[in-house]
Amino acid sequence: MSLNKLIVSLMCASLLPLVFSCKKQSGETIKIGAIFSVTGPASFLGAPEEKTARMMVDEINSNGGVDGKMLKLIVRDSAGNPEKAISFAKQLIEEEKVFAIIGPSTSGETMKIKTICEDGKTILISCAAAEVIVNPVAKYVFKSPQKDSFAAQRIYEVMKKKGITRIGIVSSNDGFGIAGREQLEKLAPAQGITILISEVYDKKATDLSGVLTKLKAKGVQAVVNWSIVPAQSIVAKNMKQLNMNMPLFQSHGFGNIKYVKEAGEAAEGIIFPCGRLLIAESLPANNPQKSLLMKYKKDYESKYGEDASTFGGHAYDAILILVEAIKKSGADKEKVRDAIENLKGLAGTGGIFNFSPRDHNGLDIKAFDMLTVKGGKFVKYE
Amino acid sequence: MSFEQLLQYVLSGITNGSIYAIVAIGFNIIYNTTGIINFAQGEFLMLGGMTAISLSAFLPLPLAILAAVIITSFIGALIDFIFIRRLRSPSVLNMIIVTIGLSITIREIALHVWDEKVRSLPYFTGNEITSINILGAYISPQVLWVLGISSVIVVCLGGFFKFTLTGRSMRACASNITAARLCGINTKNMVTISFMLSAAIGALAGCVISPITQTQYDCGTSLAIKGFTVAILGGLGNSTGAVIGGIIIGLLEAFSISVLPLAYKDAIAIAILLVILFVRPSGILGKKEAAALKEF
Repeated sequence: MSLNKLIVSLMCASLLPLVFSCKKQSGETIKIGAIFSVTGPASFLGAPEEKTARMMVDEINSNGGVDGKMLKLIVRDSAGNPEKAISFAKQLIEEEKVFAIIGPSTSGETMKIKTICEDGKTILISCAAAEVIVNPVAKYVFKSPQKDSFAAQRIYEVMKKKGITRIGIVSSNDGFGIAGREQLEKLAPAQGITILISEVYDKKATDLSGVLTKLKAKGVQAVVNWSIVPAQSIVAKNMKQLNMNMPLFQSHGFGNIKYVKEAGEAAEGIIFPCGRLLIAESLPANNPQKSLLMKYKKDYESKYGEDASTFGGHAYDAILILVEAIKKSGADKEKVRDAIENLKGLAGTGGIFNFSPRDHNGLDIKAFDMLTVKGGKFVKYE
Repeated sequence: MSFEQLLQYVLSGITNGSIYAIVAIGFNIIYNTTGIINFAQGEFLMLGGMTAISLSAFLPLPLAILAAVIITSFIGALIDFIFIRRLRSPSVLNMIIVTIGLSITIREIALHVWDEKVRSLPYFTGNEITSINILGAYISPQVLWVLGISSVIVVCLGGFFKFTLTGRSMRACASNITAARLCGINTKNMVTISFMLSAAIGALAGCVISPITQTQYDCGTSLAIKGFTVAILGGLGNSTGAVIGGIIIGLLEAFSISVLPLAYKDAIAIAILLVILFVRPSGILGKKEAAALKEF
């Protein structure tokens, strides 16, 4: 594999001069760097994020920009690779001298570049979910998706209502899975839930019937799967094929209708916490997020001809937060950083953001609704 | 462990093993003719799967798969015409490096032709939740399809390489390419046929495992690595060996899961592979004499 990497990096190196040569712009623009996994194993996060970011920046610029200045989006595709994320972050900060960085898409990548942004005094608004990104708080690091501890808590609330106490966990071996598993294990005792077994699978897993057999043998009352990878559909299918009829809970990583289509009938009844984007149509009219969600969904779906996902929404929120802060304080890095910490009641796709110097995520547990799959569609879980 | 659980682990092992086996078979054909490992074999699988999925939108499933197999085998021929045939010094190492380059290129092209999203073919029998109950343990009917098609491929290939003139000529190329040429065999055409055959079998494998594993533009590599391991374990060039090797690795993994955390699965499988190779360096069914003739 190292040969593959060598060839790829040589190819990339040969393209670099091209990239640099077209970067001469006037001072009247605000450069926003973006690191997304547009391709690779986390592409279902990065691809909608990239599309959303481009769509938003185009829209903002066609409406006259922010604070009289045009936005310029510089997107780098990390392909979900933390090493690439590191070099792109350094490049964006040191060479491009960007105003702020949006992304990366995955928690693993974000953790790798956290200190780079901190040292470079560049605002980072991550689109990744793991709690560790903002806990402990780093001065320049923010994140737009809901915290995974809230997701875990929501799942446990439903379990308690259903009288489930003994569960099994499977999670993927990437940043998202590892962080989620930690939260599940940390919060379980306080909720009176016993984790009988917790297993980690490869993020490229193609069949999980073996490990699910193990869960079945332990007599779990429910299965929690925590990942963002396509294996989410495989877990659902394998469970049904193994005649495991206990409820399957998934993380907010399941918020992509594509996975429901892949799992087909096996997806029915999966319960998972998620932002409200997926059930925007059925929200009451007085919901503060409704109009924004409907607009984003309509714009995205008409522009790209594919279903909007909550992941794209994370990029939407990240840019929204940044733009709102620039509007408030003008295009000065330090002032914008302070302004983000003071944003209150900002409705985004993920929820209502209330930032503070101690909370660099700004969302509370109400940002999550519990959803389920019914007739191949997402509906609110009652 | 109760009997049902034991059986369930066996069936789970067979599920994975059947996937490894059908992937491994594809490696053997090009190896049998050229003595090289085609590192783009995984990409043939992906291409077959992706093409069939796209075609199945407006063709019935069997036709879509047939068309995908034909298209992929055509691509295999094209690859040989454009890259392998023109090599000035077609040494084993050069050809292997070409296939590595091809694997990266095909993956990137697939990313642009399709997109990054995961897809799959529908289950051939039943749907996502169908399973067959065997003495209290369960298995998806698709696994039986994979096993069945693997066996058919193995039997057909065995006959082809043993009894047809083309098949025997292909084997002659692998044994000693100069001698084969002296006997009047058009070795270059044999290599083309082997690429076509290998691509076709890869495509068929990609289609039949698609409902289980799901298909994505970069799914080929990880499948190919396991398939390659299995092909070596079974004895390179031997298709029956590939099936036996696949099932063995699958079962080993399943039982390692039953006692150890899942994370150790690959380590156990590879460790046992190493042990077997120390004892039998040519693989389970590989022949020492045949291996000695190869350039590496």
